[in-house]
Amino acid sequence: MVATQETIDKVKEVSQSYKYGFVTNLEAEKAPLGLNEDIVKFISKKKKEPNWLLEWRLKAYKKWLTMKQPKWAMVDFPEINFQDIYFYSAPKTKPKLNSLDEVDPELLKTYEKLGIPIKEQEMLAGVAVDYVFDSVSVATTFREKLEKEGIIFCPISEAVHNYPELVKKYIGSVIPVGDNYYAALNSAVFTDGSFVYIPKGVRCPMELSTYFRINEQNSGQFERTLIIAEDDSYVSYLEGCTAPQRDENQLHAAVVELIAMDNAEIKYSTVQNWYPGDKDGKGGIYNFVTKRGNCLGKRSKISWTQVETGSAITWKYPSCVLRGDESVGEFYSVAVANNAQQADTGTKMIHIGKNTKSTIISKGISAGKAQNTYRGQVQIQKSASGSRNFTQCDSLLIGDKCGAHTVPYINQFTPSARVEHEATTSKISEDQLFYCLQRGLDTEQATSLIVNGFCKEVMKELPMEFAVEAQKLIGISLEGSVG
Amino acid sequence: MSLLEIKNAHLKLDNKEILKGVSLSVNKGEVHAIMGPNGSGKSTLSYMLAGREGYELETGEILLEGNPLNEMSADERARSGLFLAFQYPVELPGVGGMSFLREAVNSRRKFLGEEEFDHLGFVKEARKEASKMFVKDEMLKRAVNVGFSGGEKKRFEILQMAMLKPKVSILDETDSGLDVDALKIVSEGVNAQRNKENAIVVITHYQRLLDYIVPDFVHILSDGAIIKSGGPELALEVEKNGYAGLINAA
Repeated sequence: MVATQETIDKVKEVSQSYKYGFVTNLEAEKAPLGLNEDIVKFISKKKKEPNWLLEWRLKAYKKWLTMKQPKWAMVDFPEINFQDIYFYSAPKTKPKLNSLDEVDPELLKTYEKLGIPIKEQEMLAGVAVDYVFDSVSVATTFREKLEKEGIIFCPISEAVHNYPELVKKYIGSVIPVGDNYYAALNSAVFTDGSFVYIPKGVRCPMELSTYFRINEQNSGQFERTLIIAEDDSYVSYLEGCTAPQRDENQLHAAVVELIAMDNAEIKYSTVQNWYPGDKDGKGGIYNFVTKRGNCLGKRSKISWTQVETGSAITWKYPSCVLRGDESVGEFYSVAVANNAQQADTGTKMIHIGKNTKSTIISKGISAGKAQNTYRGQVQIQKSASGSRNFTQCDSLLIGDKCGAHTVPYINQFTPSARVEHEATTSKISEDQLFYCLQRGLDTEQATSLIVNGFCKEVMKELPMEFAVEAQKLIGISLEGSVG
Repeated sequence: MSLLEIKNAHLKLDNKEILKGVSLSVNKGEVHAIMGPNGSGKSTLSYMLAGREGYELETGEILLEGNPLNEMSADERARSGLFLAFQYPVELPGVGGMSFLREAVNSRRKFLGEEEFDHLGFVKEARKEASKMFVKDEMLKRAVNVGFSGGEKKRFEILQMAMLKPKVSILDETDSGLDVDALKIVSEGVNAQRNKENAIVVITHYQRLLDYIVPDFVHILSDGAIIKSGGPELALEVEKNGYAGLINAA
């Protein structure tokens, strides 16, 4: 676990409020400022896309023009001026992907600063990483090994060219272009992201991982990820994010679509640590993400695990549509909001197939003057006889100026289903803190320990390498919130 | 020089004077018992020593090996070698016993300039100590004090004491909630740690505990002050005549 240790050491080198605050000096190639039909065409042309995709983008763009920014979430921010955002930027030097030595040393330096020892990760952790830097993937590793299994793991921009039938068939099949405001925006201007295809009967031999990183000032990030798991297949996908400190808000509106066929299982884990803004909420990332999985096949399973510590505003509801009979949806979430952060996050579990099952475990931690909302919908449709849901929402408050809110929507249309909802709100008690201090732990260690204990049910769902990093992140993001 | 020195300690809670000039000298290798009736200020004294927020001294001084503790935070005092076994150990949901122990021990070792334990090394060491306290592996895997019985909680406290190797240990009503068998195990655990370099302060209501942990000195705390000090025989006197006799005589 050298790589893990290295990550821990790096994390220890915390400088000030946000340790990932630096900007890489790579000359970017930008589209003109703002958004119009020409920009959509510009992006499509840059990526040398086939006509069907351009049409698809334009359809999304036209739909988007008719839509309004959603206002129902419990978050507060000034109107976004979409004409003041760059919708495309790519590092000018796009290296060949044969080996990491060919990657721009500037990039490698950035990853080193982030505490991602690329080579160590490659060799020791057995994680294939599809590095996304700004909007273009610059290095793909382990692809050959995966290819032997028939697994496709590549930037979606490449998949458009190499596997057009697959992309055409599934893109937008889970989240239609007009699903919501930000999904429509993403569909119109997405620049890159990951594409994963697991063939029938294949168990992906390693955890697939992408490190996202927002870099170019003022460039909106519009990632698009598509994962397809055929019958009897399995894949675990990790997504981790950090971003450099910026004074202006950066918009991020990603779309992730998962499709699981008969008996297939997709495990999707996220650690999100984007710049949350300063103590007064200045700057920071707006994270407006649409993630949805379609359990299309019988006994298929989709599991979302997320640890959200960053971003000024988080608006995110990874969901499962349980279409196949006996399919299973899971949502495990830790959302930390400190200082002026606002998080409105949760999930939707839509039960359509018979005897479908869903589990929701949500842990919200609020500190400073942050507002943290769990918003979840459990819908058991008429066809979903014998289905079950269990929801547990726990909130932990640190200090007396923050807020925790739980907004569950339950729609049950069949009497044979069972839906359970449990919710608790608690505070870190002075007794707990004193007990830890008396054992020699400092206030921050103690807080981190207690909070991580509170999140344990979720953290244990994370893959090992991620769990260590995530624990540290939770501690760091709560620094200074107690005492 | 005394290992622990309390000089004329005065302390108020909610504007009410609880400690009214407590003085005590504890030398290396000694075990002191502080006995007193309910409300005499026993628990306040232990919180004050451990540096709990809100229990700051009004006037007076505490010294650990000659170093003033007054200005030190609770965690600094702990790392310097002051240990408090809680009367009511606190539950930490989700925090595994083994990792809690390791963080605590490594904090202390770091302070002492000793090498921190790695995971495997620590587990080995912890298991060795745990078996002496009849603490099973399974218990260390559970969350700290969550669902522990009264006896398990106290055994876990003493296990922490054994692992942290403090200079001064304060045992606050360690006998409360224990049956005779558990009391024996806990007392043996404490006795095994008595040595020439450290000291133990046992705070207790009843004489019973002192049959097992035999003190060198006994002090009677009443209404925020030590009214009488003596040898182990003083505890027996309390057992025979109750506190009232002593208090009236004082």
